Amino acid sequence: MADDILVILQQEAGKVRRVALEMLSLAQQLRPGQVTAVTFGPDAESTKDVLGRYGADRMIALNQDVFAHYSSDGFAEAVRQIQNAVAATALMFPATAWGKDLAPRVAGLLQAGLASDCTEIRSESNGRLVATRPVYAGKAFATVQIDSPVQIFSIRPNIQSVKETNRSAEPFDCPIDLQALSFQSKVVEVRTQATETVELTEAEIIVSGGRGMKGPENFQLLDNLAQALGAAVGSSRPVADEGWVPHSYHIGQTGKVVSPNVYFAIGISGAIQHLAGISGSKYIVAINSDPEAPIFKAANYGIVGNLFDVVPAVTEAVHRLKAEQ
Amino acid sequence: MKILVMVKQVPDTATRIRMAPDGASIATDGIKWVINPYDEFAIEEALQIRERFQGEVVVISVGPQRVEEAIRQTLAMGADRGIHVKTDAGLDSYQAAAALAAVARLETFDLILTGKQAVDDDAAQVGPLISVFLEIPQVTVVLKLSINPDTQRLVAERELEGAIEVVELPYPAVVTAQRGLNEPRYPTLPNIMKAKKKEVRVESLEALGIDTVPKVRVTALSEPPTRPSAKILTGDPIEAAQQLVNLLHDEAKVL
Ligand SMILES: Cc1cc2nc3c(=O)[nH]c(=O)nc-3n(C[C@H](O)[C@H](O)[C@H](O)COP(=O)(O)OP(=O)(O)OC[C@H]3O[C@@H](n4cnc5c(N)ncnc54)[C@H](O)[C@@H]3O)c2cc1C
Ligand SMILES: Nc1ncnc2c1ncn2[C@@H]1O[C@H](COP(=O)(O)O)[C@@H](O)[C@H]1O
Repeated sequence: MADDILVILQQEAGKVRRVALEMLSLAQQLRPGQVTAVTFGPDAESTKDVLGRYGADRMIALNQDVFAHYSSDGFAEAVRQIQNAVAATALMFPATAWGKDLAPRVAGLLQAGLASDCTEIRSESNGRLVATRPVYAGKAFATVQIDSPVQIFSIRPNIQSVKETNRSAEPFDCPIDLQALSFQSKVVEVRTQATETVELTEAEIIVSGGRGMKGPENFQLLDNLAQALGAAVGSSRPVADEGWVPHSYHIGQTGKVVSPNVYFAIGISGAIQHLAGISGSKYIVAINSDPEAPIFKAANYGIVGNLFDVVPAVTEAVHRLKAEQ
Repeated sequence: MKILVMVKQVPDTATRIRMAPDGASIATDGIKWVINPYDEFAIEEALQIRERFQGEVVVISVGPQRVEEAIRQTLAMGADRGIHVKTDAGLDSYQAAAALAAVARLETFDLILTGKQAVDDDAAQVGPLISVFLEIPQVTVVLKLSINPDTQRLVAERELEGAIEVVELPYPAVVTAQRGLNEPRYPTLPNIMKAKKKEVRVESLEALGIDTVPKVRVTALSEPPTRPSAKILTGDPIEAAQQLVNLLHDEAKVL
């Protein structure tokens, strides 16, 4: 039906990521016809309440056993069949590893245009949607128009506030022809990495260290600050290349692109490739001994000083603040 | 194993991006063009697979005249030959993937490798789109790849948020490379000399039957919003730290 939006999301053990709720809130904000959430796996139905509360009018739960483990080709064909049945005008996916794998495959099957990793979507007077997305790793912002009848978007996590509604999602039974689905590419194992902190791309606060940290042993200083703040820890690229921290910490144009509320750049000079990955941060705090370091030009707040003195002092000050609260 | 590697030429990551007068593209004068960093991992992986199982590595790139230089660089790394789909048209991901899939279909292959994303459009679409067009499976953002020629299957480790996913699939397939997959080699002098004699075939979009009407158009391009100049604190670290926390709490209201 005209102006319906399909929101395709991931659930695990009945839990959805925050970006799923962000997409539903965004979809509602665009004032469409109906917002239909699509989710996969044996626990799919148990997400009904939360999806309704955040803006789903209907929900399609693909809880068949074949959807217990992700398969890019199987899931994409299922979404194609759903779209053929409901004929939405727009589809939204999360711009996570899961959504970025699935969305282009669906776009290919539907012969539709896809705008990846959007930070803003608005509707035009003609009912079409227009997106803003960072390109060149955030060194520029593009306004993009999708001309195919069906418009597909993947939405960057952390860019949209969530809003509770008094909706409750109606279960919607959309029959899938399972015979027509191949599950060639199959997830056989998921190994969660033992990290105590939050995942970088979803973190509200990130404490990040660069070559100024001098060695792996000193990252304990950042772990302490991160713990006080409830933050995730990241790094510049050379630090990850040196093996001081895992590769998954690497932030920047060729690493993770993050958009936290606050980004602490500690002992990081602020090379253009690093700045590219952090430009979506709401606030940037720089701690660096060199007053000429380019990071200060990108920052909202800065402390010029020796990080080995400053970081423990900031950790202490955060502890004091939290104790007062 | 016959492996096709899709390589895009992009502005060097150190390039400052300036807007062109049309307001919808970047000014290209003075830009240094390089191989997309993730595509280097794709080439290296292809070369290592050839070293293990024999075969051929063919590099394919869609773009204007300058792209030939990127292809030559991959030949100097050790790729066997190149195919240049020459066009000045600004293609979207869909059309680029359609062109690459069309070449792949004519060439035939066991495996297609691409980068996980191009650092200019940051689309992360072309690999999966090629695999849909060729009706073969995909695995993206790959950190580790093993190949079993007896069963014609791949096992790949891919990076998720805070987790590693292990994926199994048959090949022919499309694999997109993530940083960490390998350490790309540098061209050696003998290989640079040899590269000059290697074949680079030129193809056209017309001959491949690719329509050039994009599905996704950039209607405007702008600079990112600038931040107000920073409040810089100096002096006693303990006082500066306290001031910073106060500012983040009272002014920014983020703590
Ligand atoms: C193709 C390509 C892609 C790249 N991609 C990325 C990317 O994605 N991410 C990335 O980060 N980089 C990337 N780089 C590398 C980038 O160009 C820089 O080299 C890198 O970001 C610098 O890291 P750094 O700031 O940790 O180190 P440095 O530039 O060495 O800076 C260290 C800083 O620490 C400060 N310092 C030293 N001691 C102290 C102290 N005691 N107290 C306080 N401050 C101190 C110094 O003043 C200095 O500013 C890329 C490069 C290339 C060529
Ligand atoms: N014009 C092109 N020519 C060759 N390969 C390309 C082209 N565009 C994209 N690719 C490949 O597809 C990957 C992902 O690109 P993108 O979808 O644009 O982010 C790149 O890393 C390349 O391997």
